Amino acid sequence: MAEIRNYTINFGPQHPAAHGVLRLVLELAGEVVERADPHIGLLHRGTEKLAETRTWVQSVPYMDRLDYVSMMCNEHAYCMAIERLLGIEVPERAQYIRVMFDEITRILNHLMNIGTHGLDIGAMTMVLYTFREREDLMDAYEAVSGARMHAAYYRPGGVYRDLPDRMPKYEVNRFKNEKTVRELNAAREGSLLDFLEDFTERFSKCCDEYENLLSDNRIWKQRTVGIGVVSPEQALALGFTGPMLRGSGIAWDVRKKQPYEVYDKVDFDIPVGKNGDCYDRYLCRMEEMRQSNRIIRQCIDWLRKNPGPVITDNHKVAPPPREKMKANMEELIHHFKLFTEGIHVPAGEVYAAIEHPKGEFGVYAVSDGANKPYRLKMRAPGFAHLAAMDELSRGHMIADVVAIIGTMDIVFGEIDR
Amino acid sequence: MSAKLERLSQTLRDVLGDALLNLVTDRGEVTIEVAAADYLRVAQTLRDTPELGFEQLIDVSGVDYSAWANGEWAGKRFAAATHLLSVRHNWRLRLRAFAEDDEFPVLDSLVGVWPSANWYERETFDLYGILFSGHPDLRRILTDYGFVGHPFRKDFPVSGHVEMRYDPETGRVVYQPVTIEPRENTPRIVREEHYGDVGHG
Repeated sequence: MAEIRNYTINFGPQHPAAHGVLRLVLELAGEVVERADPHIGLLHRGTEKLAETRTWVQSVPYMDRLDYVSMMCNEHAYCMAIERLLGIEVPERAQYIRVMFDEITRILNHLMNIGTHGLDIGAMTMVLYTFREREDLMDAYEAVSGARMHAAYYRPGGVYRDLPDRMPKYEVNRFKNEKTVRELNAAREGSLLDFLEDFTERFSKCCDEYENLLSDNRIWKQRTVGIGVVSPEQALALGFTGPMLRGSGIAWDVRKKQPYEVYDKVDFDIPVGKNGDCYDRYLCRMEEMRQSNRIIRQCIDWLRKNPGPVITDNHKVAPPPREKMKANMEELIHHFKLFTEGIHVPAGEVYAAIEHPKGEFGVYAVSDGANKPYRLKMRAPGFAHLAAMDELSRGHMIADVVAIIGTMDIVFGEIDR
Repeated sequence: MSAKLERLSQTLRDVLGDALLNLVTDRGEVTIEVAAADYLRVAQTLRDTPELGFEQLIDVSGVDYSAWANGEWAGKRFAAATHLLSVRHNWRLRLRAFAEDDEFPVLDSLVGVWPSANWYERETFDLYGILFSGHPDLRRILTDYGFVGHPFRKDFPVSGHVEMRYDPETGRVVYQPVTIEPRENTPRIVREEHYGDVGHG
């Protein structure tokens, strides 16, 4: 009789379901996974080392490029770490803007996750629907920062500038006639807040559409129910956070338990799963999007009523307004010092954690009193999740590996840093 | 919040006793420092004592202190800062241990206490060269296959030592010493203590 041997295959780094550059070495007995060994680091750029050679503010754009589907949340953790080291307060309006954009980012991230997760395991249509709404939210990014993705909008001490009064509009060209442009611009006639309000009104209906496509879909359920089950004890021991932890039934959310910015003033619920499988985590993410939508609405209301400064007036941290800088010698010196030497952050260490869409994103910053970080460590949620790949996929079929990668919401920008 | 931190500090003092070298509460965070020999035992205690209940390891981060504030550091060079979280009590803790030997830094591995330490310790080993004894699979994780050195040490240049290019003569990718000069646009400056304060200078 022929000898039966285990089979080792390379999954990735160019596999389309590997979500970037994951190289997964799978040891298979037939179709069953015996061992999974993820090889990461193919996207390692040494962000933490680079940050040590740049001033504190110069590293803000690097944060966008960590988890490149939830850009502003990364900046948020980084700016919060600097603010805690400096011991400065952020104006309330800036806090509301940050919370609003964090939630926009959460929707962006979950839309990406649900769409591509569907794509990976056979629901090809999902991604077309979810990317439609992503487009609107990225327009909101563009309106405040000028960039659709890598915004660099949050700054230590607040946000870069106030919300714009008008939205960028489509123009007639040889692909879009006047009628199409008029329809596309219908929601863009007012300010950014009007545009977002229109979005929040539309969005819960969009969520219903997604749920119609997936939640009761027989194939979707066959591919996700009972796959990648994590018990609550396991989830804690493996360092899971975010939807991966809540999917297993632990109601832990940094926004609720250790509120930062104005999360204690807005009203929202935390969805919790029951079985800890891929399907429950999908449901959690779906509900989180609806809750984010709720938070955005509350922020819009508040922001309409309360104008005010959006960045701290401590000019040792944030640059003075340009008019003042032109007219006043002291402000000119501040401006010059900030853009040549940068902020001086008092010696100390701090760990600032936020509820990132993927889990807990933390920045551990150590300062020795210089104008550059002494050590910056990013705690990426995906890193701990991917580390559990072996434990989650062992005993599953090879096709389920794709479902497990999808449910972990892997983005290599943050894992490899 | 501060009452809670006070309760945490007091419990830590009671439970850990002499093993506790240092306890600092700064900016709303509690940091404890233990000797390398006690590191594993303290970690076990932190997880298993119900009054502390740190059931989750969030992060392990290596730090190389050799270039601290223009080289005025006198203590040991390498440390591992471990961030812990208790979901039950809703508090966090930073546990730090310095490796005894600067030339050959070794610490005990926490994989047996928290499985999530596995990759974090691999990463710290890869980037700082801190060895974790008792780790089941201490391979490099982030750097290239066959990489030499530990890139996050302060004496490792940002541009690295080797660069990679395609060599048309041999028809394959080759490594060669870096050809670019290191460049620093903004120098690193440590000012006197109250430099940034309003109304000063």
